[in-house]
Amino acid sequence: MDIIVCIKRVPETAEAALIINETDRGVKEENLTFDINESDNYALEEAVLLKEKLGGTVTLVTVGPEQSDEILRMGMAKGADAAIRLTDEKFAYSDGYAIANLLAKAIRDLKYDLILTGCMATDDGYTQVGTTLAELLGIPHATLVSEVEIEDSKVKVQRELEGGLYEALEIDLPALLTIQTGINEPRYASLLSIRKAASKEIKTLNLQSLSLKEEDVGESGSKTKIEVVNYPPVGKKAELLEGTLDEVSTKLAGIFKERGLL
Amino acid sequence: MKQVFVVVEHRRGELRDTTYETLTLGKRLGSKIGGELTAVLLGKNVEDFPRTLSSYANKVLYVEDEQLTNFNSEVYQIVLSELIKKENPTVTIMGHTAFGIDLFPALATELNFPLATDCVGLDFEDSKLYATRQMYGGKLNTKISLKESPSYLATIRQASFPAEEGTFKGEVVRVDSPLTEEIKYRKFVEYVEAAVGEVDITQADIVVAVGRGIKDKGNLPIVEELASSLGGVVACSRPIVDAGWLPKDRQVGSSGKTVKPKLYIAIGISGAFQHISGMKGAETIVAINKDPNAPIFGEADYGIVGDLFKVMPAIKGKISELKG
Repeated sequence: MDIIVCIKRVPETAEAALIINETDRGVKEENLTFDINESDNYALEEAVLLKEKLGGTVTLVTVGPEQSDEILRMGMAKGADAAIRLTDEKFAYSDGYAIANLLAKAIRDLKYDLILTGCMATDDGYTQVGTTLAELLGIPHATLVSEVEIEDSKVKVQRELEGGLYEALEIDLPALLTIQTGINEPRYASLLSIRKAASKEIKTLNLQSLSLKEEDVGESGSKTKIEVVNYPPVGKKAELLEGTLDEVSTKLAGIFKERGLL
Repeated sequence: MKQVFVVVEHRRGELRDTTYETLTLGKRLGSKIGGELTAVLLGKNVEDFPRTLSSYANKVLYVEDEQLTNFNSEVYQIVLSELIKKENPTVTIMGHTAFGIDLFPALATELNFPLATDCVGLDFEDSKLYATRQMYGGKLNTKISLKESPSYLATIRQASFPAEEGTFKGEVVRVDSPLTEEIKYRKFVEYVEAAVGEVDITQADIVVAVGRGIKDKGNLPIVEELASSLGGVVACSRPIVDAGWLPKDRQVGSSGKTVKPKLYIAIGISGAFQHISGMKGAETIVAINKDPNAPIFGEADYGIVGDLFKVMPAIKGKISELKG
């Protein structure tokens, strides 16, 4: 079972304050820490679990600057065999479609039975790169996958729908699955394996080596364009209880009592 | 005549809410371009759906086929791409649901049309199509433009548009299924329900929900103590279930349960829309979070910005005092 996993380096923003940068089309990165995208980490783990069970290889692919080597090396420390980074300053401002197009170019000539991606990136939240990639490669896909079982030339999956409901599907291999968070328990890499991965080769491919033209990539290769980002309008805003710990908790308990909740 | 396509979503014999919401948007877009609204229904044995939908659109295109009984994006894609090529709608929209997410990126790629996903707004300005979306879990909004094209696709976030009363007397047009052979490379097998535990959070009057901010499973007892002092139950947001700290049936949100308790306390939950959609119907919402900019404060009635692990025991103490 040869598996390709597409991963992305994203800022951790769950608890960070975001500041819009001078282009008005993105955020300042200086104060942010970066890591592998959450659902991509589950996709990576699922690939390594399948390899441990069935044999074969795991190859990582990402699009990004040199700093993305960090997540590729961590992925190799966790069990991936090889890593490819697609990088060129011309790739800047690529939308979900353009990113999928780059990935398709790089993956088309590789040998694979299965492609895994995360189901959504926590930064732009497009939820489209995996499915677009599958279509460009001409292979079947399933999104939001929460269970994977390989059976001969098929993969049995469960997809997460809404309201605690799932659907079971059977898909012919080769196929692409976008992996939902919670499907497994992503491992931590050992110090020894991290040290070993530090010296592994990361193959890089740029515009030229992917035989792409400038109009295929970046903003001109995209079908959508971010015009502007802004802070969301403040809607109904909570009444913030202020004061010392004793004061705020007294106020809140008072509100509970007033509303007949105690 | 120009037209807007709305792809109808149904599951297990029911039209889903997202269908009516996207029809509301479809009606607005239709008026904007001076065109008609077309509901596109794919299914099998859904006899009353065409009539219901005819109140919500100028036209209902209905394709009936055994292979369309349950949603299957690969099969839907074949049928929809045929319909779109034949009818040339200006825009085709659908909910940003588990079905929409599975279908639209592949459909747009096949047709080579621009796609905007997870839109909370979609409108033409002059002749250019713009979408409003969110990024970074709702911390920023973004306006995107779609490259000029004869046709566009978009998936629409659930609950972004209100369902409206049906005012149309539309015609139902049956279209022959273009499916000539069985699609074997992707097969629907069955629906599977999540396991059910002993606590039903949808029945509780008071729900105390925890999120990522709780940091460690070992901190859950502090939350349980607060919940029991109020006579409530403990629920959670997605990351807590993903980490395996609480079972799936405690998850509040679009992929979990929808709750409407008298009191909902969100502790260390930033408030991604997937979570909000499961709890915004609560009568009183209290949010406790260390980040003053967390989107949850936009939804809550009362908020406390502070250290969860100090605030929770303090509140519990005051509740015990008041209860005597």
